[in-house]
Amino acid sequence: MAVDNPAAGLTRRRFLHLVGAGSLGVALGSTEGKAHAAEGSGYGTLIDISRCIGCRSCEAACKAARNFPPGESADLGPTAWTYVRVQQLRTPVPHATMGDGMAAQRAVKVQCMHCLEPACVSACPVGALRRSPEGPVVYDEWRCLGCRYCQIACPFQIPRYEWAERLPAVTKCSFCAERLARGEGPACVTACPVEALKFGRRPELLAEASRRITEAPNRYVPDIYGRDEVGGTSMVYLSDVPFKDLGFPAVVRESLPAFTWRALGKIPVLIVGLGATLTILEVVIRKRNERLEHTEGGGE
Amino acid sequence: MSRFGRRSAGLMILWFLAVGGFAVALARFALGLGAVTNLSDRFPWGVWIAFDVLCGVALAAGGFTMAAAVHVFHLKRYEPLLRPAVLTGFLGYVLVIVGLLVDLGRPYRLWHAIIMWNPRSVMFEVAWCVMLYTLVLGLEFGQVVLERLKRTSLLRMTRLALPPLVIVGVILSTMHQSSLGSLFLIVPGKLHPLWYTPLLPWLFFLSAVAVGMAMVVVEAFLSARAFGRTLELPLLAGLGRATFVVLALYLSLKTADLAMRGVLEMAFHPTLEGTLFSIEMGLGVILPLGMLATPAIRQSAGGLAGASSLVVLGVVLNRLNVAITGMLAGSGARYVPSWMEVLITLGIVAAGILAFRLIATHLPVFPPEETHVRSATKIADSESMVYGSPARLP
Repeated sequence: MAVDNPAAGLTRRRFLHLVGAGSLGVALGSTEGKAHAAEGSGYGTLIDISRCIGCRSCEAACKAARNFPPGESADLGPTAWTYVRVQQLRTPVPHATMGDGMAAQRAVKVQCMHCLEPACVSACPVGALRRSPEGPVVYDEWRCLGCRYCQIACPFQIPRYEWAERLPAVTKCSFCAERLARGEGPACVTACPVEALKFGRRPELLAEASRRITEAPNRYVPDIYGRDEVGGTSMVYLSDVPFKDLGFPAVVRESLPAFTWRALGKIPVLIVGLGATLTILEVVIRKRNERLEHTEGGGE
Repeated sequence: MSRFGRRSAGLMILWFLAVGGFAVALARFALGLGAVTNLSDRFPWGVWIAFDVLCGVALAAGGFTMAAAVHVFHLKRYEPLLRPAVLTGFLGYVLVIVGLLVDLGRPYRLWHAIIMWNPRSVMFEVAWCVMLYTLVLGLEFGQVVLERLKRTSLLRMTRLALPPLVIVGVILSTMHQSSLGSLFLIVPGKLHPLWYTPLLPWLFFLSAVAVGMAMVVVEAFLSARAFGRTLELPLLAGLGRATFVVLALYLSLKTADLAMRGVLEMAFHPTLEGTLFSIEMGLGVILPLGMLATPAIRQSAGGLAGASSLVVLGVVLNRLNVAITGMLAGSGARYVPSWMEVLITLGIVAAGILAFRLIATHLPVFPPEETHVRSATKIADSESMVYGSPARLP
């Protein structure tokens, strides 16, 4: 998968290779066109809002796994990579398991969506954010300049910055990449007592989500948030109330890096075209001026 | 006497801002970004990026437009305006980098952009272009230093390298002036439709060309007053005409784009965005277009200076609107810069003006005016002050 996302996969060897190749134009050219592929086969999590009872076990497990101070958080933060947002509903809908007790609100687990084609990964000038082949979008603190373009680019407003630190870093959910590498599931999923969270391969999760919708069409809204949003995300949501009412942002369906690449991809052409045009112009005008000066000088 | 009083008062204010900005910058590094700024996770870019970087780069565009006019299109009559423009450009870019160093969370890792590549990142491209173009401007201005040091043979040799160097500079400028607009292509859901358009790179480039020339005019007026020089009014009127053409192109493109996307009416909505957009376009584009279209205004010193100042104001408003006004609603955040953010920004601007003043009094930035005794003695004074006698130079 590193090959599918060449921007993120620049190793030192590849860098030397690019330098050897001689120019930025070559570097840009080599990355063009390869981006779209079957990134969707990595891991993901299915979050079923209709099942969630808002117990915050996932939040506690995340903090325990990362040695963050325990307690409930009201927002994402450097020591809160996931939290459960309580969303008040304008029109109450009885909760599937909690009934009228939770009719006026829903609990929405919030964390990095781990996009298949992440805006943050394409935005980062130094490749501090990368999408690993298995799905997690991970952050390398040692590369980061602190330009915060990742925060600007993220359509879900997930990355948090350590504003209080003198030497700050970007923080966000890592999808427990190190646990996944050991063959374990993410801490939050393991902790969920009501199976509102399900970890697995993304295609299987999407199939499962469709199955749940078909089996209980009256329970769910017929959308899977994250299937198509910004080109697809590893975290996908099912809900019994419209996502709009839950405060989910309405985002574009296309992958966001494509928006900037449409402009950035033209740069090799710009360099060559503008370079040639200006060089020709410079020479032609200089020769003409010399000729004019010569004839004027001869006339005197 | 009152003129002198005003001037020294102005200088004192500049020094106060520069020193104050420097002190707050120290506080920023000692205490962190959170203690000094009003930035937040939902609004991570503030006035430092919007003004110091986006406006700074745009306002420094005179360096590449004038260099292209003189060294590529061989419009030799503009040569007297070239050196001040290149100096402003060079100082502008140095100050952009200073602003960036204040804004970056880990400024000491700026060099990472040189060895850790991400060619898919607009920010990566901007970083490279800004670094390389600052170098190009430094080399272009090196001519002035060589002349001052009386290295005539070296000067003649390097002069031959100027056209290709200027062409590289024009390419780099075209790339990053437009790319500063491309930075915002990745936020279709956050930036207000009055500013978000796939044409952002084109609009940023066109407005940079227009404001580059307008800045040269504004500066010529300010320098004429500050250094007691006579104005090259016919030349400046020529720049006014060129500004008019580029600005007219900008207005047509912007209007067509808004109309095609069906959001033109939003400009007249009584919202924050609609109001600030109307001010930006009305004061910064349409009014100066009208002024520059009127020969009587364009050919008068005051009219030309006024129109050019409005163009500068318009581009500053545009960059602030793209990076701040247009991003507020989409981010669901509130942002008003803290006084410390503002003081650092003002300090950087003040330091730039002071540096320009210092360099312009000690180096041959302006073409010699033989009749002008005062500036001639000034240069003679500075010679012995800063450089010692020429014989001692290497």
